[in-house]
Amino acid sequence: MNFLRKKLDEIKRPFSKGEKWEKFAPAINAFDTFLFVPNHTTQKGSHIRDGVDLKRTMVTVIIALLPALFYGIYNTGFQYLKQLGTDFTFMDAFIHGSMKIIPMIIVSYVVGLTIEFAFAIYRGHEVNEGYLVTGMLVPMIMPVDIPLWMVAVSVAFAVIIAKEAFGGTGMNILNPALTARAFAFFAYPTYMSGNKVWVSEAGMIDGVSGETILGSLAAGQKINYSMLEMFSGSIPGSIAETSTLWILAGAFILIATGVGSWRIMAGGVLGASIMGLLFNFWGANPLMSFNWMNHLVVGGFAFGIVFMATDPVSAAQTQKGKWIYGVLVGVFCIMIRVFNPAYPEGVMLAILLMNVFAPTIDHYVYNSNVIKRKKRWESALIKTA
Amino acid sequence: MSKDIRLRKGADLNLVGKAEKKINVKSKSDLFAIQPDDFFSLTPKLIVKEGEEVSKGSPVFYDKNNISINFVSPVSGILRSVNRVAKRKIESIVIERQGDREIIHDIPKELNRGNIIELLTNSGCWPFIRQRPYNIIADPNDTPKSILISCFTSAPLDVDFDFILENNKEDFQSGINIIQKLTNNNVVLTVSDKPTSFFKNIKNVDIIKVSGPHPSANPSVQIQKLFPINVGEKVWVIRPEDIVNIGLFFKTGVYQAQRTIALAGSSLKTPQYFKTKIGSQIEPLIKIAGLKSKSQTRYINGDVLTGSITTNDGFIGFYNNLLSVIPEGNKYRMFGWLPFMDNSILSLSRTSLSWLFSNKGYEIDTNLNGEERAIVVTGEMEKVFPMDIYPMQLLKVCMTGDIEKMEAFGIYEVVPEDFGLIDYANTSKIEAQEIISDAIKLMIKEAG
Repeated sequence: MNFLRKKLDEIKRPFSKGEKWEKFAPAINAFDTFLFVPNHTTQKGSHIRDGVDLKRTMVTVIIALLPALFYGIYNTGFQYLKQLGTDFTFMDAFIHGSMKIIPMIIVSYVVGLTIEFAFAIYRGHEVNEGYLVTGMLVPMIMPVDIPLWMVAVSVAFAVIIAKEAFGGTGMNILNPALTARAFAFFAYPTYMSGNKVWVSEAGMIDGVSGETILGSLAAGQKINYSMLEMFSGSIPGSIAETSTLWILAGAFILIATGVGSWRIMAGGVLGASIMGLLFNFWGANPLMSFNWMNHLVVGGFAFGIVFMATDPVSAAQTQKGKWIYGVLVGVFCIMIRVFNPAYPEGVMLAILLMNVFAPTIDHYVYNSNVIKRKKRWESALIKTA
Repeated sequence: MSKDIRLRKGADLNLVGKAEKKINVKSKSDLFAIQPDDFFSLTPKLIVKEGEEVSKGSPVFYDKNNISINFVSPVSGILRSVNRVAKRKIESIVIERQGDREIIHDIPKELNRGNIIELLTNSGCWPFIRQRPYNIIADPNDTPKSILISCFTSAPLDVDFDFILENNKEDFQSGINIIQKLTNNNVVLTVSDKPTSFFKNIKNVDIIKVSGPHPSANPSVQIQKLFPINVGEKVWVIRPEDIVNIGLFFKTGVYQAQRTIALAGSSLKTPQYFKTKIGSQIEPLIKIAGLKSKSQTRYINGDVLTGSITTNDGFIGFYNNLLSVIPEGNKYRMFGWLPFMDNSILSLSRTSLSWLFSNKGYEIDTNLNGEERAIVVTGEMEKVFPMDIYPMQLLKVCMTGDIEKMEAFGIYEVVPEDFGLIDYANTSKIEAQEIISDAIKLMIKEAG
């Protein structure tokens, strides 16, 4: 370890203050702090600091994403091989999925991190860890056959417009990963919706339907999947959102470590259940009468509410606000699904909509505290007068 | 008014190196110092020159903004040096102990508010009294709505006032009797829920029991629960040992600077208490307590969350009863950012397994354990902040310097020390205490 440390210090020398490459220090520091927690000590304020930092927090989210990602990789292969109708093993499916998805992850990280590094150098601050999660999320919520250049363009759009334009990690209003998906959704609709994009190379094989459940429902078709299949995730869909089971494993990690807000997740499930029940009661069309419990396990709802709605930067920040925000995400998600068949996947739009309203929700929560304080001041003035 | 306060939010940090309960009275310091930085937002005006003789209790400087308040020498001696930093700001005024001269004030038989205030300001006792909001020295022209004395501690490694003041019970009571005449309302003592405490038998005061984790002993937290500060109101706070000093002054007529200080922390061989005087040099005390190793060490006037940095040849601060000594942490940790790595480092976050070892106590150093980032994680500040204030929002409006919003979000009710745990716990390593301290300076400048 000492040898490595010495070597690193040597490499870093030209990047230190007053040296030739000083401007590029954030880039080299990003690699250095990846290997070592730096030797910085407290200079002001509290003399001791918690062991947690943003790197650790973000890496915890990535660990929570892994179960869903691995299942997504397997399911990609599974859906593809199933439609061919030949025999295959678990490894066949996993290898096929890996060939499809790993390039997407690499493209997402390379493009996103390049932009992040460029902005860090330009602004002279350290590289923020936020993109480690965003970069993983983007490929996980795309259809499997989306061309890599589209992934690259969506990522670039999300990082520049949704994040860096607002000041970087911690300042953004919209969730960057969802912005990337929304961009792709509206810019390249033929690659992002319909019945041919959800299963790898489905377009090549005539007569095979790779329709998502919500898509079929919106088109008024019958559903041939059991609730267990929907829950376990062996259904067509975006790469990693199909398996509610493995997403719940991720949710467990997020809640146990305290990294993800259980209030938002619980609020979301509550809101979606209430809305689903209401529509069941109404039951005017197949989408409305689709069982409310099924609503919770199909589509991107579970993935969205566990990994996207809980993004602490774009979500509400107060405890009360988190409840309201979560419930409304759930309510709008089901409402969009049911009322607007053109967008069968409501959770993306519901979360983006609530991202915009989260500061307003917080404003009213804060304001109640301010009003309470001002009332106290007034009553104190009356007493002394 | 005898409602108890029960707090749930906050955190007790169990560190190793608590001071052993024996008081060492043999330590001898020859150098003493008054450090103007101990008094928040004070501009000193020197009265004495280098080389001049001073008596115990003779004025050394006064407050430029309130010329009636004297700051006096804790011992009789010679003014050795006035140490200055950038812009000729005075860092410390060092006095070498010599002789036995002392200034004796006549204590009248009839004591009223007027002559008590005059005696306190002339004698150098007045700086013991600080006001909320802002935690600056109280203005003698104000009448506070209440005076609060927090008689227990909750910060890591902090002292036990019951133990420190064991032999000063009567002086404490007589100090209370004097202080009581300064306010229309009663004086409030807050005590811990520990069954035996002599503070519970003090007369002429309201006694409030407080339970809960740190920062339950912080006056701001207690004031907000008992009588929250409104615009224009003042509450005074005094530390328990300074009540004794005031009591002793009215008994003897001589300024008393008694200070029982605990040396605590994992760097010390034998953490223990010392009976000494305000401003005495640290070095002789460290020699007795002994350092465990020769590696770099941080000396902190106060507790590890809120204290100020000093050095081995530095001096004890004006207000603290604790000197924390912990190792510096300028070392690298390979892959230390991985979740569940380095679980020996105390963490309030569940991304570490450190909570499994909470009974043993933690050895902690000054490593930042990461780098400063924009605020990302939400909800963690609220967990350690037991006041009816949104800490993150207050910090944000303080950063923007919007005075009206700072008022509305509760700047009058907090002081930097209340944000010590937030400094400690927040993932983004935000310097919350610095932000609040700058904001309060701005408030004093703009709003008075």
